[in-house]
Amino acid sequence: MNGESRSHTLVAMVADHPGVLTRVASMFRRRGFNIASLAVGNCEEPGYSRMTIEVRGTDDEVKQFEKQLYKLVEVITVRDLTDVSAVQTETALVRVRVSAADRPVLADIAGIFHGEIVDVGRDSMIVQITGVSETIDRFLDVIAEYGIDELTRTGVVAMARGSKASRNGSARG
Amino acid sequence: MTASESNGSTNGAVPARSGGQVICEAILAEGIDVIFGMPGGASLPFYDSLYHYQDRIRHVLARHEQGAGFAANGYARATGKVGVATSTSGPGATNLVTSMANDHMDSVPVVYITGQVARPAIGSDAFQETDITGISIPITKHNYLVMHADELPRVMAEAFYLAKSGRPGPVVVDVPKDVFLEETTVPAPDRVNLRGYRPVRAGNLKMVRRAAEVINASERPMIMAGHGVDISGAAPELFELATSGNIPVVTTLHGVGGFPETHPLSFGMLGMHGLAYANFAMGETDCIIGLGVRFDDRAVGKVDEFGPNAKVVHIDVDPAEIGKVLDTEVPIVGDLKLTLQALMPLIEHRERRPWIGQLNEWRENHPSLDIPDSPDTVLPQEVVRSIYDASGGDARVIADVGQNQMWASQHFWYEKPRRFFSAGGLGPMGYALPAAMGVQMGAPGEPVWCVTGDGGLLINIQEFNTLAAEKIPVKVAILNNAHLGMIRQWQQFFYEGRYMGAFLDNPDFAKVAEAFGLRGVSVSSRDELHTAIADAHAYDGPVVLDVHVDRVENVYPMIVPGTGVRSVIEDPR
Repeated sequence: MNGESRSHTLVAMVADHPGVLTRVASMFRRRGFNIASLAVGNCEEPGYSRMTIEVRGTDDEVKQFEKQLYKLVEVITVRDLTDVSAVQTETALVRVRVSAADRPVLADIAGIFHGEIVDVGRDSMIVQITGVSETIDRFLDVIAEYGIDELTRTGVVAMARGSKASRNGSARG
Repeated sequence: MTASESNGSTNGAVPARSGGQVICEAILAEGIDVIFGMPGGASLPFYDSLYHYQDRIRHVLARHEQGAGFAANGYARATGKVGVATSTSGPGATNLVTSMANDHMDSVPVVYITGQVARPAIGSDAFQETDITGISIPITKHNYLVMHADELPRVMAEAFYLAKSGRPGPVVVDVPKDVFLEETTVPAPDRVNLRGYRPVRAGNLKMVRRAAEVINASERPMIMAGHGVDISGAAPELFELATSGNIPVVTTLHGVGGFPETHPLSFGMLGMHGLAYANFAMGETDCIIGLGVRFDDRAVGKVDEFGPNAKVVHIDVDPAEIGKVLDTEVPIVGDLKLTLQALMPLIEHRERRPWIGQLNEWRENHPSLDIPDSPDTVLPQEVVRSIYDASGGDARVIADVGQNQMWASQHFWYEKPRRFFSAGGLGPMGYALPAAMGVQMGAPGEPVWCVTGDGGLLINIQEFNTLAAEKIPVKVAILNNAHLGMIRQWQQFFYEGRYMGAFLDNPDFAKVAEAFGLRGVSVSSRDELHTAIADAHAYDGPVVLDVHVDRVENVYPMIVPGTGVRSVIEDPR
């Protein structure tokens, strides 16, 4: 069991039952997997949800994670999109401290990152930025000097490119 | 549950039944005739249903819910059916937690029916309210909180199916008091259809062919057989594979009896207290054929020394077990019995004279099971040997946890599956007595021996009362060394004899047994031992033999934790 630790993105289709998030979270914690982000929401089929999970680990560790996840009765499919051509995106809301004088500069920076100013206060504004996680990280780095008052990120959601739906993937075998 | 996930066709509406009746009908539909439990406020309506079913479902009143759980485990393991244990809410349910964890570790199918406070009270911190579905998530295969009686027919069918199929395990069905009473006209489903749960049947044929190539090409193969042999009923196929291919066999603790232990190709149990030659074999083999095993740390020891030059063929029904511990050359996910049926015809007979010669030489020079002379004391190994002799080797033996467990596995030659039972994964002391009750209920008329230490017995000694009240003819042999023996042994080996918490100031167990209404016999010499065991074997009721054995006898062979199969400590005598 070897290999380098890296970030993996897994997509799971799960039954929309009470407790399913607890089951998944309980398995994460019990087996010592390190979850970087978790995003859950409705999917194309009523009664089911889709989870996107970012987890760090070696390929072997993540394979084990995938199998353990698939063992949960309410998990329908699991697919690792890490080495698959996939769209991955995340949204962040950032409240930045900014004086009236600096607003145009910040608006410029946000523009460069395709961010949107969604609220302006007397000495702060909220930027909404959507993109791959690295873009958001870079944006946050650039505006750090102004002072970030509040930050919230949705976690990554991902979808394989092309016409193969993720519900066809599975960890069986 | 959505329409797409609902069950297959149903037969239309049926007469109204209460939730409690639905559960009783589901138990009967599984062919289960005995359940184990202890009632309480929230489960009283269920007991009212059981009252009306008592001619068809025998309820054994345990004296502690943990006893009920372990008994259901024993019943399941003896019969191959699903065990059922029931309790009330709150403390009743939490008392079952150890038993759930034990089933989960050992892949034993048990359905737990726990009462819950009535629906309007849920979430209000009501009297005896506990979130047992929340508590049991990591220690069950699945669980349900049933919020409407209409769900119960489907949930019960799913619970039994999940418990026994694929890799078996415990399933909790938590039923609020008013749901037991609520009526439903929903019929039991014809079949279970769970979209996220499709256990694999026979293994992939391409991989089976690859396995055959690897095995046929090997010069020093070893079959390592585990609990999967019992679970999938694969003992005949294992026998055929080993004998037709001329492949030697070792077993794990739970694999004991999966292959006849007196057969020349049997090299006994491996692991921390396995036989020296079984462990040597695993160091030198060039092909490990893992059948229904999970390569547990107590079996494998140091991974680097476990078949370092071996290719691994691993057949298991749980994909998550494959590649978890060892790099696997040929991974096969599938039911063991079906997969072996496909594999057997592809296996060629090989003489393998040097390898089998080597194994037999190790067996000759490292006997592992010789009992040393002990003029003044009875050795605990002799008790097990005496049971073997008295029963002609044909008894069901349930061991507790610790030294007694190892001796019971070593000094009895098990010839058939489902003959030796112990709590190998979780290792809960107190398992043996209640589990033996369950085994006996599942195997009426057969000799059932509970081999326990004095410490483990005390953990569930209240079940003496159940043995007496229900006239369950279990024979209990206490290997009474006035110590928590394995603790004492480890403190001797690894803590330079600083004994702490290892000594037991025991009661007179024979008198305790008598007070419970059981036949109690105290034994302190070799002559008494053989007579007492023969008498107990012949007696048709429960017996407790308090055997005062050597207080400081150690279990050998032993592999020190952190070392591997090549560093076996053998009996110095």
